[in-house]
Amino acid sequence: MIAFDFEYYKPTTIQEAVTLFYDLQANGKIPHYYAGGTEFISRARMHEIQVDAVIDLKGIPDCNEFQFNGNQLVIGSAVTLTTIADSNLFPLLSDVSRAIAHRTARNKITIGGNISGHLCYREALLPFLLADSEVVIAEKKGIRTTSIHKIYQNGVQLNDGEFLIQIITDGQFSNYPYWSSKKTKHSNVNYPIVSLASMKVDGKIRVALSGVCDFPFRTEQLELVLNDTSYSEQTRIQQVLNHLPGATHNDMHGSREYREFVLAQELAKLLQRSKGVS
Amino acid sequence: MKAAQENLVTLNINGLQKNLYVRNAETLLYTLRDQLGLMGAKPGCENGDCGTCTILIDGTPINSCHILTVEAVNHQITTIEGLLDQTVQNDFIKNWAIQCGYCTPGYVLNSYALIENCPDPDDAVIDEWLESNICRCTGYQEIKEAVKSMLNVRKNKNGSYY
Ligand SMILES: Cc1cc2nc3c(=O)[nH]c(=O)nc-3n(C[C@H](O)[C@H](O)[C@H](O)COP(=O)(O)OP(=O)(O)OC[C@H]3O[C@@H](n4cnc5c(N)ncnc54)[C@H](O)[C@@H]3O)c2cc1C
Ligand code: FES
Ligand code: FES
Repeated sequence: MIAFDFEYYKPTTIQEAVTLFYDLQANGKIPHYYAGGTEFISRARMHEIQVDAVIDLKGIPDCNEFQFNGNQLVIGSAVTLTTIADSNLFPLLSDVSRAIAHRTARNKITIGGNISGHLCYREALLPFLLADSEVVIAEKKGIRTTSIHKIYQNGVQLNDGEFLIQIITDGQFSNYPYWSSKKTKHSNVNYPIVSLASMKVDGKIRVALSGVCDFPFRTEQLELVLNDTSYSEQTRIQQVLNHLPGATHNDMHGSREYREFVLAQELAKLLQRSKGVS
Repeated sequence: MKAAQENLVTLNINGLQKNLYVRNAETLLYTLRDQLGLMGAKPGCENGDCGTCTILIDGTPINSCHILTVEAVNHQITTIEGLLDQTVQNDFIKNWAIQCGYCTPGYVLNSYALIENCPDPDDAVIDEWLESNICRCTGYQEIKEAVKSMLNVRKNKNGSYY
């Protein structure tokens, strides 16, 4: 049971949602954007969050788009992970989404909620980092489009009152060879010890990781090391471990040492698989 | 747009219209159980992990602990009490897919949605759907057999199971 009360709004336009947010704030209230609501409900029930109003984004048509617009794949932030997993518009994203949570939860979890949530995994972000996708953000003055790397790399950089409307990805990224793998502590349905998404673009491996550090990431330095064939595979893997962008995640699901061990195994598989793939 | 913290809403549950006052903060699980006396959806983890609270929204399985009641307005809600079709339940009984029964309503609804939405699933698809529910008595194999037997009956009758 959620112990506190809140107002519930379901705007039908972007402008209405943003205006509501700032009006509620101006009236001394704490508004909160709401999509699938799974994280919000759990956190509210456990007294980790308290708000005065929730603004449900699912009624905004732009947030529900999921289609190619010319050569651009447009994914609205309120599209569920099941819808994405069951489609084949961006096969790597479908595979990564299918490995998040379980099907019934995916029927409710949205892509925007997954990548904007407060948990450190945000696995659905990985394919977008590989594809250098763009994000459309609602802000006080209107709408802005920017690189996913600016907003979601190493944490979520949205300002108060801003929300994610859409993610736009160039269609070519649906066609590159890809591989993803998710390793959990035991059952299939669990947070990742290591979740790895990769693509081979113009002969070079791109890789993005979740579960390894306190945030999902893709870094240039790590890819340079991984693609440097003048070194042995073993040396490259060790170099990747030396070039992680933050401290290795260490919690009850997996210790730092275990995560690094699993990461090394997965990178070895990736290097094997990418041989002969152009 | 609703500014109050409690509202009069109309819910469409098992084909019936129900008018009731609900707090915006109330999850459907508790509206069903405490206000409507529909006890089939069970509280388990209340965290989206176990599936014992599963209901169908427009035919899609949803954890009722992870949906606000106000979100369900204008949608068709089906609970185990509304699944009058006995064939799914019978297949669970025939295959010994029930022990204590706590998880059973969730499994039956999820299995029903599976056979309705995917008439010819392979093992991987069946596993993907059943993965959403946890059976504390660990009757997983029997539950999977029950789903397969439903699918076989449906196939043998050229798609008309009911
Ligand atoms: C059973 C279960 C298993 C899970 N397993 C995994 C897993 O394996 N891997 C993984 O990565 N995650 C996993 N998760 C976590 C889940 O993906 C996140 O909690 C996600 O935030 C839920 O999405 P939602 O749409 O339900 O979010 P909501 O609860 O609606 O929102 C979550 C947060 O994101 C914000 N938000 C939502 N939409 C937007 C938007 N468009 N713009 C800006 N901010 C927004 C909200 O304000 C809120 O702070 C799991 C969750 C469950 C319930
Ligand atoms: S009680 Fe809802 S998923 Fe466990
Ligand atoms: S039959 Fe007891 S929990 Fe499944």
